[in-house]
Formats: sequence, structure tokens, C-alpha cells
Amino acid sequence: MQPLVQVDGVSKRYGKTLAVADLSFGVAKGEVLGFLGPNGAGKTTTMRVITGFMPPSEGRVLVGGLDIAEAPVEVRRRIGYLPENPPLYPEMEVTAFLEFTARLRGVPKGGIRPAVARAIERCALGEARKHIIGKLSRGYRQRVGLAQALVHEPELLVLDEPTAGLDPKQIHETRKLIRTLAGERTVVLSTHILPEVAVTCDRVVIIAGGRLRAEDTPESLVARLGAAQRGRGTWEIETEAPADAAEAALRAVPGVARVEAGPETVERTQVLQVEAAGDRAVATDLARALLEAGCPLYGLRRGGASLEDVFLALTTEEAEANGTGDAAGTPEVAEEGS
Amino acid sequence: MRNALTIARREIGAALASPVAYVLFGAFAFLYGYFFADYLQSFVEAGMRMSQMGGFSGGTLNVNTDLLRWLMASTAVLVLFLLPLLSMRTVSEEIRSGTMELLLTAPITDGQIVLGKFLAAFALYGGMLALTGLHVGVLFWFSQPEIAPVLAAYLGLLLLGAGLLALGLFFSSLTRNQIVAGLLTFGALLVLWLVEFAGARGGELGRVLAYLSVTGHMEGFARGVITTRDLVFYLSFAAFWLFLARESVRSRRWRG
Repeated sequence: MQPLVQVDGVSKRYGKTLAVADLSFGVAKGEVLGFLGPNGAGKTTTMRVITGFMPPSEGRVLVGGLDIAEAPVEVRRRIGYLPENPPLYPEMEVTAFLEFTARLRGVPKGGIRPAVARAIERCALGEARKHIIGKLSRGYRQRVGLAQALVHEPELLVLDEPTAGLDPKQIHETRKLIRTLAGERTVVLSTHILPEVAVTCDRVVIIAGGRLRAEDTPESLVARLGAAQRGRGTWEIETEAPADAAEAALRAVPGVARVEAGPETVERTQVLQVEAAGDRAVATDLARALLEAGCPLYGLRRGGASLEDVFLALTTEEAEANGTGDAAGTPEVAEEGS
Repeated sequence: MRNALTIARREIGAALASPVAYVLFGAFAFLYGYFFADYLQSFVEAGMRMSQMGGFSGGTLNVNTDLLRWLMASTAVLVLFLLPLLSMRTVSEEIRSGTMELLLTAPITDGQIVLGKFLAAFALYGGMLALTGLHVGVLFWFSQPEIAPVLAAYLGLLLLGAGLLALGLFFSSLTRNQIVAGLLTFGALLVLWLVEFAGARGGELGRVLAYLSVTGHMEGFARGVITTRDLVFYLSFAAFWLFLARESVRSRRWRG
């Protein structure tokens, strides 16, 4: 099937800095594509190219078969875009602002009110509809930002870090909203939070240093991560402070590569970060060693697979597969444009 | 055009929701009122002296040529000093707050963005000039000036404003800092005002400089004389800066 978005060998240079290098991928109709990468990986730049905010230095982007460079206005009509910082006019009322954006996106005159009402309903903005945007909380502003991206019912939604700066409840709601959009609309969203991708996305594109590192479904991504992490894992062990004895005992366990003590907590406990070879059976060994040394065990859990781990795991793997040495060493570019 | 009007409408709403427009209108009303009172008093005093001399001086006073003409010429200078305040925030504020990203990803052209901003500023300027209708109306109430030269003068002021706002819009599109935009605009206008005096020294260069003077072309209009030369100057002046403003907005896309 013809993908809705086709990114074709796109590069973007800011002066001498290469922010995005030869990026190619497609987004199928009705798909939710996660764009995963650390800060400065080129996520925002790529999204700005897709939305027609800026032209690429090289390559081209097709949306619905149209080249952005050739039919910019027609393409932008089909796109709803939520930048990282929601672009809002603080002096306007929510409803007035959404009416303005609907008109700006070419919603016909009679359709503006219903479109705004739908967007308000969707983003649960009913209570805030008559509020001045400048006085809204961060969570509400994000929702207004989402509403303005949705108001003209675009085929393609591009969301740059849609959950950044929200509290957990709002994050949950936003993800739910994005999931309900899937199927009827195509969504491209960027994030640097791994679980978000697993929850909301059908497919993931990982970029680092402006280059494509991996492209897969979240399931196989997790599987690959598991494979990459087999034979090496981090564990968090909580014990009584001071933890010197515990530290020594853990170090003595075969396979332990590194033990690092965290700061003392208010409850006079201390968390030790242990990096150990071997599969999950090593947890039992760690616990046993601790108890035999006479130290109390308050908690033991597998260290969260941080994004950094994923990147190290995935990018080195990709680099090896591609036969290139340089993994994530490309200079970072500030994503805050002028 | 619909897109430009959409932008213009929001822009006017924003200006009226902020104190800037009111402060500007107030400052203009105050300064214009001062000029008006001053010129009117001189005019009345001159009239008294003449009637004391019993009309033997040979001349008569005319509201059009001896009052309105000078008032309109002074208004032009006043406008020159105040309009940078109106134009400076137009694009700068959008760049600073990030809403430029909204406009640049909307299905509209860069030209429509610039045109919308321009129309809004021009409409606000029109509102500002409308305040002077009160003073001029008083003259029509107590006297019988000719209407045509007054209308010509207003046309001149509108054209002058269009040119100044277009220039201000361009400088506003250069920077995210509206103070910098305002100062650049003000500096440019100061130069374009002072060339009039430099031009008075004569010579080939002097004639070029005199032609470039933004207020110099107002003199004809203030006297009630509309010339093609002045019309062409103001219209091409406005078009030139609007064109540059559009290119500046466009280049912002490349720079990111």
C-alpha cells in the first residue's frame, strides 16, 4: 500500500551542523508511528520538515503522494501539528483561539463552530472553553495545543513530545486520546520516553545523531532489547545505611561487575546499583549474599531499562551490523529553533 | 485574501487586548491635541492682528493654507515617531512566543502572513488618524474650509503610514526582540527623515536624497496637491518593504 508519508533521503543542515542525515522511512495510513530518540537527535527537525515548516537541505517528503516542496499549501492543509511548545496566543480565549486556527486551516465558514465544538469535546476542554489561554495550567495548554492540531480533522497528525511536562494522569489521558485517533488518522509522535512508545505506537523509528538507528514494532524492539541485555543487567537493592558491609558482600558475588551506592534516604536506607552478568537467576544470588552477610534486605528490583541502555544496546548493535563504528557520537544540535 | 483577513482580525484583537494600542492612541491624541491648540492659537492671533490693521495689510487668512496645511505636515512627523511602536511587535512577538510555527505550518503563504499583519497595523493606524477627525471637525463647525485639500492631506497621511508600517514590519520580521525591532525601525525612519535636510544642500546627490525623504513627499498632500510622483513614491516604498518582509519570513524557514 502507498504510505501516507514518505520521507526520502532527507538531510537537514544548520550552517555546518548536520542535524538530520539521509533519513528515509514511511508511515502507513492509520498508523501511529513513534519517533524515539534522545534530546538533540533530530526529532524536532524531522518533524518540522514533515510539516512543511522548513524545507530539507536534501531529499524530499511526500504526503499523500504530494511533494511538500511543490504543493506546500495543499500538503499543510492535511496536517495538524503540535510543536514541542504549544503555539498559543496567551491573550485569547480557548474558543476564540480554536476558531482562529480552524479558519486559518481552511475550515469552511459554516463548519467552524462544529469543528471547534468537536475539538473541545475530544480534548476535554469543556470547562476551560471561555478561559484566557495565558491563565491556563500547563496541562490545559497542552490540551489546547492538541485541540488546535485536531480542529480541521487532518489526515496526518504530527505531535512533538505530546506528553512532555504533563502530570501522570494527564499523560495517561493524552495517550488514550492518541490511541483513539489511531486507525482513522495517521499519527507521527516524538518522544524520549520508551514506555510511551510501547503504549501508544504501532511502529517505532529510532534516531540518534540525526541518523536512523532502528525501525520496528515496539514488541520486537523490546525483544531485541531483551536479547541485547541478556547476559548483563542492573539491579537495585535497598538495604540499611551505612551499606559498606552490604557493598562488600555483593561485590563478592560471582558475575557482579560494578556496585554503586546511592545516597542515604530519609528512612536511613541506601539503594545500591548492582551491575551483574548472568540472567535473572543472579537476583537470588545477590539476595542470598546480602542476607548471609547479616544485612537487611528491604527491596530488590530489576533496574529500569533506561533509554540510554536501549540506545547503547540498539545503536551499537546497529552500528556493528552496518559495519560503522560511530554510534551516538555525532554532535548534538539544540532543538530550540529561533 | 480570506487568510490574510483571518490573520489581520486576530492581530487587531490582540492589539486591542493589550495596553500598547491604547497607550499609543493616547500619546498620539495628546501630542496631536497640543499641535492643534498651538497652531490654532497662532492662527487666531494672526487673525486678530490683521483685523486691527483693518485689512490694510492686503492679505487674508485661510484655514486651509494657513492652518490645516501646517497641522497636517506636523502630523506627518508625529506619525513618523509613533508608528514604530505599532509595527515593532507584529512579527517579533510571534517569533518569540513560538506562534510563528503555527502560522508557518498553516496552509497559507508567507505573503498572506505578511499582508495580514500589514492590514491589521494599517487598520489600527486608520483608527488612530480617525481621532483627529474630532479636531478637524471643529474647524468645519466654526469655519468653511475647503474639503478637498483636507481629504488629500488625509490620503497623504494614510500613504505615509502604509510606507512606515511596511518598513516597520520588515524590521520586526528580523528579530524576536520587539525592542530591537522598534529601535531599528526608528533609526531607519530617522535617517529617511533627515535626508530631507541633507537634500536641501542641492546638487545631484541632494536631489536623490530629497526624493528619498519620507516626509518630504507629504508636503504636496498637506497643501492639497496630489502628484503622481508622490503617489508612486509612497506606493513603491510600501511595496518594497512588504516584499522584503515576505522574503525575510521565507528565509526564516531555511534558517529554522
